[in-house]
Amino acid sequence: MSSVENLTGHGTAVHIDTEHGHHEEHHHHETFITKYVFSQDHKMIAKQFLITGMIWAIIGGLFSVLFRLQLGYPEETFPWLEDLLGHWAKGGKLDPEFYYALVTMHGTILVFFVLTAGLSGTFSNFLIPLQVGARDMASPFLNMLSYWFFFLSSVIMFSSLFVQTGPASGGWTIYPPLSAIGEASSGSKIGMDLWLVSMAMFIVSALLGGLNYISTILNLRTKGMSMTRLPLTIWAFFFTAVLGVLSFPVLLSGAILLLFDRNLGTSFYLSDLVVNGKILPNEGGSAILFQHLFWFLGHPEVYIILLPAMGMSSEILSTNSRKPIFGYMAMVASLFAIAILAFLVWAHHMFVTGLNPMLGGFFVLLTLLIAVPSAIKVFNWLTTLWRGNIRFTPAMLFAIGFVSLFISGGLTGIFLGNSALDIHLHDTYFVIAHFHIVMGVASFFGMFAGVYHWYPKMYGRYLNNTLGYIHFWITIIGAYLIFWPMHYEGLAGMPRRYYDFSSWESFKMFGGLNQFISFVSIIVFLAQLLFVFNFFHSIWKGRKVTSTNPWGSNTLEWTTPVNPGHGNWPGEIPEVHRGAYDYGKDGKEFIPQDVPVGADESHH
Amino acid sequence: MMAALKIDNSGNTGRQRKMHPHKFTLWIGIGSILMMFAGLTSAYIVKRNQASWTSFELPKVFWLATGVILVSSLTMFLALRNIRQRQMARYRILLMTTMLLGIAFVLLQTFGFVQLWKNGQTLQSTVSYSFLYIIVGLHALHVVGGVVALVVMFLKIFSTRQRNYSAVPVEVMSTYWHFVDVLWIYLLLFLLMIK
Ligand code: HEM
Ligand SMILES: [Cu+2]
Repeated sequence: MSSVENLTGHGTAVHIDTEHGHHEEHHHHETFITKYVFSQDHKMIAKQFLITGMIWAIIGGLFSVLFRLQLGYPEETFPWLEDLLGHWAKGGKLDPEFYYALVTMHGTILVFFVLTAGLSGTFSNFLIPLQVGARDMASPFLNMLSYWFFFLSSVIMFSSLFVQTGPASGGWTIYPPLSAIGEASSGSKIGMDLWLVSMAMFIVSALLGGLNYISTILNLRTKGMSMTRLPLTIWAFFFTAVLGVLSFPVLLSGAILLLFDRNLGTSFYLSDLVVNGKILPNEGGSAILFQHLFWFLGHPEVYIILLPAMGMSSEILSTNSRKPIFGYMAMVASLFAIAILAFLVWAHHMFVTGLNPMLGGFFVLLTLLIAVPSAIKVFNWLTTLWRGNIRFTPAMLFAIGFVSLFISGGLTGIFLGNSALDIHLHDTYFVIAHFHIVMGVASFFGMFAGVYHWYPKMYGRYLNNTLGYIHFWITIIGAYLIFWPMHYEGLAGMPRRYYDFSSWESFKMFGGLNQFISFVSIIVFLAQLLFVFNFFHSIWKGRKVTSTNPWGSNTLEWTTPVNPGHGNWPGEIPEVHRGAYDYGKDGKEFIPQDVPVGADESHH
Repeated sequence: MMAALKIDNSGNTGRQRKMHPHKFTLWIGIGSILMMFAGLTSAYIVKRNQASWTSFELPKVFWLATGVILVSSLTMFLALRNIRQRQMARYRILLMTTMLLGIAFVLLQTFGFVQLWKNGQTLQSTVSYSFLYIIVGLHALHVVGGVVALVVMFLKIFSTRQRNYSAVPVEVMSTYWHFVDVLWIYLLLFLLMIK
């Protein structure tokens, strides 16, 4: 027997016995600090990730509203902007430098802080121990550190918004040389250093989290929970964590080199540069090197964002169709294929950088190959829905919305994946439309589905349904109205990252459309506030959950008490006897995983 | 006695687990660290193949450092063997030796860099030296991390609050220590062969 005693101050000893079979429930005193702040309970850590992510989402969303004002109403001035932003909006008009800062921060915040930490951080933490049947993560302490590194990273990024020269403004991809040279723009000064340091902390957080997720899934499954009985959520979190653990360190390398170039005079990315008439001494570097390092993470990153949404939608679609997920093994295999291919396609972001066309050809092929596992997943979701006994809960609607968005956005990926077409489409609004639909909005839908579905487990109360339906319909209609027209703008060649299109003869015709898009984004943003209200209101005032398994679901989290304590199950951890998808079998509506196989049961 | 909340993460698997979860976590962490160096070394190779590359010589003292870290792996190995046999006195000495050797390794490398710098081969001089400083420096940082963990482990021996003869933390520690050792050998060979 071996045991590790972990003294956590305030007189609470958390004892983690990892090899021995018995367990006892001690009475426990938790102080406010150990319960809500430095908590080691995976469920509390999940809520910390979720709420921090929501705060970031509001900030990042607000930024998009601000820059959409500029794009939709380039002639107008908004005096209240000056009150809000001071010298960044003199006379009520966004300063061009600040416009870029807003775009950059919007991308950074949404991609990393909301859709990575807020999504995977929340649900991997919440669901992995509950659904595999473990009392907590493999290392609750590292798990707690993971959140606090994220918090630190958040504080640094947030403080960069307030420095005199503004936050980073070179785009969320922070390509050098722009990002490497302080004199090049005000956003390349201290704001950029803060961005890099914040990201380094973020990477540490993601790695600590990922290590724990993988280790927990592989080592702490309850008796009978073989890998092929795992719910698809867990498979998705597993591959997400593997992608993160293998690709984030590469971004860290890239960021470290960039920090050196910025502050210590090295020339990894810099060569032959003239800034403001001054010739820089740097020689021998290559900016393309950064793009390789960045996209080696960057592409897996988009799947880090998407896979959890896929997993949760699979689970929610099956539960609420009252049907087994169609093709469980095919779903696992396609997740696996996507995870592998995700490492082999990064150069499709670099088709127009002068990439060797021969090499480009390979990347086209591998990129288009991703369409195969993607199509398998779509097919299986649709067949799961087919002739199901569908219950249209808000979670279910968001999961169906996820499938719709994934189809729409995946199809445009096939356009972009052809290097010849990409010459025309690269850096236009077509790309913006593509990735917002397939990654941004789709993953948000997966996240919303997850929140609506597991809220009863998180807080022991329900979210308000009516508000949920309003939230859903405004968001799905709004999202399509915002991003669909951008495809046309992109096909017409309208470039991304421009401050003002009204001075371009060829894009003047889109003035009205841009105004329309901006108008809809404001409405959609407001609808999200409805959700935020619903979320916090329901924590205290929501309808109480009275049964342990409100959705009639098969997975293990619903075998815990309505408000599970630290350790999840008051008694023994249940043993698992079947896969997670025995819905509508032998005339039974659902058979939870901990129900033993009956003598008269048909093959399972 | 303090109130204790017991999180028992085990015994529920029913099957014989081969590896302790902490050790397993460490192995994944090692994979992750390797990816970071893979990123750096592949960037290095890309640059190496470009026209402006200049070759370099490693400081001689790196060889001594290599010897030191190899010996420290041996002492770590022996430390683990001794705690398994409950030879606490010997374990303590061996753990401390490992720690001191780790510190010596870092100091020797720093010394090597100081020599380079004095010869004008600074961080900024050429891209090849920039890479050398960063790759070797990042590795040294991982050794420093290991030394810190060793110090903590050493101090814990004297803690009266918890008496612990478990070998698992030492196993985890030694795995990590051998890893930074092997990583150094790999980096050394890499830098010798591709320069
Ligand atoms: C059939 C599947 C897909 C294909 C073939 C595909 C292909 C591409 C290509 C070639 C680009 C580069 C366009 C350019 O910059 O010129 C791109 C951009 C992008 N894709 Fe996809 N994609 C697919 C699915 C996805 C998915 C599932 C996600 C996310 C979950 C995603 C997220 C992104 C993002 C974020 C960008 C833009 C990054 C930026 O430049 O800021 N894509 N896609
Ligand atoms: Cu990509």
